[in-house]
Amino acid sequence: MANSFAGVDFYDADGLLSEEERAVRDTVRAWVDEHLMPVIGDAYIKGEFPRQLIPGMAELGVLGANLPEEYGCAGLNNVAYGLIMQELERGDSGIRSFASVQGALVMYPIYTFGTEEQKKYWLPRLATGKDIGCFGLTEPDYGSNPGGMITTARETKDGWLLNGAKMWITNGSQATVSIIWAKTGAIDDTRSIRGFIVPSTTKGYTAKDQKGKLSLRASDTSEIVLQDCLVPKDAILPKSGGIKSPLMCLTQARYGIAWGGIGAAMACFDEALSYSKNRVMFGKPIGQTQLQQSRLAEMLTEITKAQLLTLQLGRLKDKGTMTPDQVSLAKRNNINMACEAAREARRLLGANGILVEYHSMRHMANLESVYTYEGTHDMHTLILGQAVTGLSAF
Amino acid sequence: MKIAVCIKRVPDMDLRFAIGAGGKALDPAGLKYDIADFDGYAVEVGLRLVEQQGPGEVVVVSVGPTAVQETLRKALGMGADRAIQLSAEDVPFDGMAIARALAAELKDGGYDLVLFGRMATDSANQTVGPMTAHLMGVPCVSAVSKLDIAGGGGTAERQLEGASEKVEFPLPAVVTIDEGVARPRLPSLKGIMAAKKKPLEVKPAQLGEARLTVQSIALPPDRPPGRIVGEGADAVPELVRLLQTEAKVL
Repeated sequence: MANSFAGVDFYDADGLLSEEERAVRDTVRAWVDEHLMPVIGDAYIKGEFPRQLIPGMAELGVLGANLPEEYGCAGLNNVAYGLIMQELERGDSGIRSFASVQGALVMYPIYTFGTEEQKKYWLPRLATGKDIGCFGLTEPDYGSNPGGMITTARETKDGWLLNGAKMWITNGSQATVSIIWAKTGAIDDTRSIRGFIVPSTTKGYTAKDQKGKLSLRASDTSEIVLQDCLVPKDAILPKSGGIKSPLMCLTQARYGIAWGGIGAAMACFDEALSYSKNRVMFGKPIGQTQLQQSRLAEMLTEITKAQLLTLQLGRLKDKGTMTPDQVSLAKRNNINMACEAAREARRLLGANGILVEYHSMRHMANLESVYTYEGTHDMHTLILGQAVTGLSAF
Repeated sequence: MKIAVCIKRVPDMDLRFAIGAGGKALDPAGLKYDIADFDGYAVEVGLRLVEQQGPGEVVVVSVGPTAVQETLRKALGMGADRAIQLSAEDVPFDGMAIARALAAELKDGGYDLVLFGRMATDSANQTVGPMTAHLMGVPCVSAVSKLDIAGGGGTAERQLEGASEKVEFPLPAVVTIDEGVARPRLPSLKGIMAAKKKPLEVKPAQLGEARLTVQSIALPPDRPPGRIVGEGADAVPELVRLLQTEAKVL
């Protein structure tokens, strides 16, 4: 294919991947070229998630791809899973967010905290896209401090009665099922936080789009209200317990986001590089000027560093020794790097850079959300500060 | 139905490439390899025939060094049942040598149909399919854009200049596939995982003597720069004259 994406690989990082990891990456890359790139600009302008892509994504096997085959998933290792996130975000952060939420924030908690019955029922449905999930943790007044949540779950003779509100919920409006986190005990007792599987048809459950987004426009972001929402007793994820449980989910999602940032940055670098060689100003390509070369060299360097750093993170995850602090470092570094790369690419593109037919500004706007969600850049700074000093600044 | 699909591992010519130091081959540095475009169509045709017509087997075959195993596994990931590597350090340019190796493997294999891509996207010789058919002693239909198999035979359509031709043939047969028949599917992620467990047999390739060798390859010369003959309406007569006398396009 003439317009296929070739990636960026200055240090032969490909040589560090297995054949199967490369095959997974190439397959998803080809899928993004063929199915996502032709529609993403329009979806972004219209402010709609391109739902028609869900069956194709499911058939390919990208939803919950690192969960076991016995539940209908692809059973990939974590590096291959990360490469999927990278390639999806090369297309658009909103599409990667969809896959991250479905896999890391809905399927992972069911897999990790659920009963065998819950796993057998939900995981194949979520892997095939029959059900779409969302993750209800963040609340209007509790973003960086999820432990402060005021959503409650009270046990009654008929089941669990949920009350509260969740905000900034990716996939919220199209979700057919939510993982809702709520306190089962006193409002200051973070140990009483438990997860619940809540079908969106449950009485008292409503989700509405958050309007006016200037970022992640091709993604569904919603506010969820739970008003005397009664779910059966077996809706609880029995092995979840305390704020640690949702944070474990976030570690999974952040791991994928770290890879995603590389994808977005590569897309911007690729676009900037090609533009710099074709755009002629003052009688020569702008790529022949020192200022633009400086931009490109900086982008290339940061992308290459992030590739090696993130691959090692993946190897640690596959070995089972990865720590949440290490994920914080990668998420913080890679998304900041991607934000910078997108901004510099947009600038290199001059006036053309503000048009939707080019991709850098869409990535630039998207990445501001990615910079902010799943632990803001600042929160990850404090997590790292705490990790090295042993002293918490938050 | 038992189907063999012969596939070639070729460099992706859409990417930047350079001619190697000896001037007889591409510089391997930075090349990315994949299944040849038309061969991908052939794999898809084979998979669909077995899917639509019930029990059967799709066997993918490739001649070349260990690296072709990656290409074979891609076809296994798409859904082929097993693979055969006919091992050779280099893939000769001489199509007859490759055809000999393939025919030796396929002749007594009980295949109903042997599929090829119309041509390999690197060498573009279009010879290996017909030569293999000849050595196997079976009919060959080349550059097929539509294929139907039923009742021990098949019909194939070929696109000619301004017309299309319909051909009937008995099985077993060799068919080389043109684009437009069936867009190759992507290997699914589960398919990629399953491919590792499917059989991949390695046998020496019985190539025999290769009598054709590449002397040199060269990139096309740079186009001469354009010429501005004038500006506005005044330039039209001169432009017309040059298009008539020099470019000879009017």
